Parts: sequence; C-alpha cells; structure tokens
Amino acid sequence: MIEFYDAGYGYGGRELLTEMSLTLAPGSFHFLTGPSGAGKTTFLKLCYRELQATAGRVSIFGEDTRSMGRDEVALLRRRIGVVHQDCQFLDHLSVAENVALPLTVSGLPRDHGDLSDLLAWVGLSEQIHARPPELSGGERQRAALARAVIMSPDVILADEPTGNVDWEMSLRLLQLLIELNRMGKTVVIATHDLHLIRQAKAQVAARVLRISNRRIQQSGADL
Amino acid sequence: MKAILLSFLNFRESASGRVVPPSGFTAQLTVITSAAMAFLAVFALALSMATGRLAERWGNELARGSTVRISAPADQIDTQIAAALKVLETTPGVADARLLTAEEETDLLEPWFGPDLPLDTLPLPALIDIQEMPEGFDAEGLRLRLAGEAPGAVLDDHSRWRKPLLRAAERLRLLGVLSLLLIAGVTAGMITLAANAALAANGQVIRTLRLVGATDRFIAGAFVRRFTLRGLMGAVIGTLFGMVAVALLPSADGAGSFLTGLGFVGGQWVWPLTIPVLAALVAFAATRVAATQTLRRLM
Ligand SMILES: Nc1ncnc2c1ncn2[C@@H]1O[C@H](COP(=O)(O)OP(=O)(O)O)[C@@H](O)[C@H]1O
Ligand SMILES: [Mg+2]
Repeated sequence: MIEFYDAGYGYGGRELLTEMSLTLAPGSFHFLTGPSGAGKTTFLKLCYRELQATAGRVSIFGEDTRSMGRDEVALLRRRIGVVHQDCQFLDHLSVAENVALPLTVSGLPRDHGDLSDLLAWVGLSEQIHARPPELSGGERQRAALARAVIMSPDVILADEPTGNVDWEMSLRLLQLLIELNRMGKTVVIATHDLHLIRQAKAQVAARVLRISNRRIQQSGADL
Repeated sequence: MKAILLSFLNFRESASGRVVPPSGFTAQLTVITSAAMAFLAVFALALSMATGRLAERWGNELARGSTVRISAPADQIDTQIAAALKVLETTPGVADARLLTAEEETDLLEPWFGPDLPLDTLPLPALIDIQEMPEGFDAEGLRLRLAGEAPGAVLDDHSRWRKPLLRAAERLRLLGVLSLLLIAGVTAGMITLAANAALAANGQVIRTLRLVGATDRFIAGAFVRRFTLRGLMGAVIGTLFGMVAVALLPSADGAGSFLTGLGFVGGQWVWPLTIPVLAALVAFAATRVAATQTLRRLM
C-alpha cells in the first residue's frame, strides 16, 4: 500500500530521517513512536505526499510519488484519510460542513443520512451546527477523524489523535480506529503514549515503528 | 445553458461556493470599482459612437458637392466654361458636371440677398456643380489642369475643410476605443490584485482544501466564480447608472449644426448592455490566471 525504499528526508543540509525501508501492508495496524521532534509528523507527511522524500523513493498505491502530477496528488488524498495534529478546519463552516468537505471538493453529493450516522458514530450529533472554534479538544479530534473517514479511504493516518484529550476520550478514539481497521483499513497512528499502544495490542495485531537516531526501527512484539 | 447559468448564480449558496470564507470589504471594493469602470465605459462607448456617427454624416453630406466657380471678362467666359467642362469630363472620379442656369443661381442667392436681386447687372461668376463618384477625385490634379485650361476657374473643394474635421472625428473615435481598452485593462488589473489579496489571505483555507483532496481547478473555481459574480454585479450597476446619465444628457441636435449629442441612437442602446458581459469575462480571465499562478506557486 505504502512503500519506502531507502527513503530519507532532509532540509537545509540537515538529515531528519534516513535509510527508511519498510512496507505498510493493506489492512495493517501500525503505531509510530519517538520523542517529540523525532520526525513522526514528517514521516506521515511523506505517506500522503505533503512532503517528498529527498533521498530514495516512496511509493503510494504502487505509484512513485516523484512522478505524480498535481491532480494525481489531489486524487491520492481522497484515498488517504488524515487526522492532522492541529486538525485544520475551516472556521467559517459548520462541523457538518467541515466533516463533509472531502465530499464537497470531490464533487460528490453530501448524503445527509450517512453524514448524521457518521457524526453519531463519533458522538458529535449534538454539535452538527456548531463552528469548529466552539468545540473542545476531544470533539475536534473526533470531528477530524470523521472527516478523515468520510470518503471511506483505504488508509487512515492519525497524527497524535489523543494529544490533547483525557484517557477516557483516548480510549474512545482508539476504539474507533480499531473498528476501522477491522473493516479492512490500513491504520497508522503517531503517538508517544505507550499506555495507548499497550491497550491496542490487546485487541489488534499492531506493529510499532520507532523513530530513533533518524532511522525507523520495526518492533513487532515487546515495547 | 440556462441550467449552467442558474447553477452559476446559485453558486454563492452552494457548498462548494462557501469553502472560501466571505471577505466583506474586499468584496465591496471589487463591486464598487467594477461599477465605476462600467460607468466610465458607457461614456467611452457613447463618445466613440457619437464621433462615429459624426464622421459618417460629414462623409455623406459633403463628399458629393464640389463646385467650380468661373469669373472672367464677358468675351472669354463662354470659352472658359466650355474648357472647364471639358476638363471635368475627362477627370476620373467626377460622375457629372453641369453648368447652373441663371435661375438656379438666383435661387441659390435669394436666401442671402432677397428676391429683388438685379442679377443681370451684377458680374456673377458662372457655377459648375460637380457630382463626385464615391471614391472622389484628385483635387490638386484637377486644380492644376483647370489653371492651365481656364485661368478664371476656381475649384471649391469642400474636402479642404472637411478632411481635417473627419480626421479629428476619427481620432476622437479611436480615443474612445482606446479608453475602452484601458478601462478593460484597469479592470483586469484591479480584479487581479483583489483576487491575489484574497488568495493570499486564504492560504490556510487553501492548504486545508488541498489536504482533503481538492484539485487546483476546484480551488481556483471557487475564487473565479466569486470574483466573476462581483465583477458582473458591479458592472450591471455601473452600466445602468451610465446609461441613465447618457439618456439625461441635453440634446445638441436642436442647434441644427453638425454636432450630434453624446449618446446612443436607436439600436445603439444595445451596445452598453454588453459592458457587464465583457466585465464578467475580464474578471473571469483575470481571476483564473491569478488563481492558477498563485496555486502553482503555493507548492
Ligand atoms: N522543512 C523543514 N524546515 C525546517 N524544519 C523542519 C522541516 N521539516 C521538519 N522540520 C523540523 O524537524 C523536526 C521534526 O518535526 P516533526 O516531524 O513534526 O516531529 P514530531 O512530529 O515527531 O514531533 C521539528 O523540529 C521540525 O521543526
Ligand atoms: Mg508531530
């Protein structure tokens, strides 16, 4: 699904990530850990071609990201749901409109039934008409998750989805992501919350990718 | 076609139209400037149409109607008339040359001197009326030949004063057209600036749209349609005001001179109605270019 071939990323003469060779297989569940500033967000950006590898190559859905045109990138984004670290909503639109934004930009009809089902699934039925700035941290994360999955993407990338929510809410978000994985979606969660990883491992065959010393290390079993 | 137009006009209400946040002040400024430009365009158009009419009228009224005036001692006059007529017959561009009778001359002079004019006692010159062909004749060449054959003949060629006036009218018309082009250019520039400002102010919105899979076409479209609508709306207002202002101009026709008032005549009133359409086209093209370039630059 997403493959790294000896890929690296650097900026201003400084290497942030190097020698990454790995495959994110369809239906797999990965955690991505590492200290703050290690390059987790950067790694995810390489996965949805917000950034391009400066060394080696990355291929997404079997296509080399270096040869993709602007429109191809746009189409690619419709197959990858991203929960951004800072969520990124359009504040002048309602929660429902924000969640439906991927449908809007794709020119697809906004099926109201599906939309309210989805918002109920993430527990935001009450906030449909609210504006994003009125939401709490947990509500924003859940709205971002709903937006990430509305196109029924093949891959879901979540960047610290539990960053600013309490444990209760973290478990709930994790549960939603595990449900999606059971539906066959490839899931990658960037987090440095080890409790969360342990919690997940009890339910799914999650693998852990750890960034340390500018490299990605895969550890299947222990932590 | 109607459906496309309707969906275009309903765009403000639709979901894809609302992805770009409303920007009150810039929006109003665009509408107002577009209205002012359309207002000016109506006058520039009226100017070029009025001067066009003027040039045409002068051209038609004066093109055919030159005269040769012959004054000579009584014993020479008949030979000189005959010589002058012969010269005119062989001049290319002269359709017909005819000596005016004494009665006709009296009729011509009556308005100026009254009916009791003692014609016989006055040494009146003989007059030859020349009917020109549409392409006209070479006045200088004719003048030289007349001087050789009939020394008492003088060619009264209206083109002597008609030509500079015609040239002035045509120059004015050109200036009117140039003004229209300048107005279109300024409008394009203004819309480009406003669109660029809007694109720059909405960098975060564009980034978010990109992240959820919006193509450049979609993002550009949201801006293009917004600015096209604003340009159109402003131009409709400006054009209507301009047309009312032109309609209320005092008419100069009553003076009976060659002057025709600045304004539109009959079917010409349709022309200013094309200004809003052109303004919308200009706004469309300007925003499209600006948006495409900016989006390319923003990675
Ligand atoms: N293009 C870039 N220019 C400057 N700094 C960058 C660039 N890309 C990444 N960084 C820096 O690299 C570091 C890693 O960032 P990030 O991937 O967000 O780490 P993490 O998500 O693990 O906290 C940060 O200090 C960030 O500021
Ligand atoms: Mg990060």
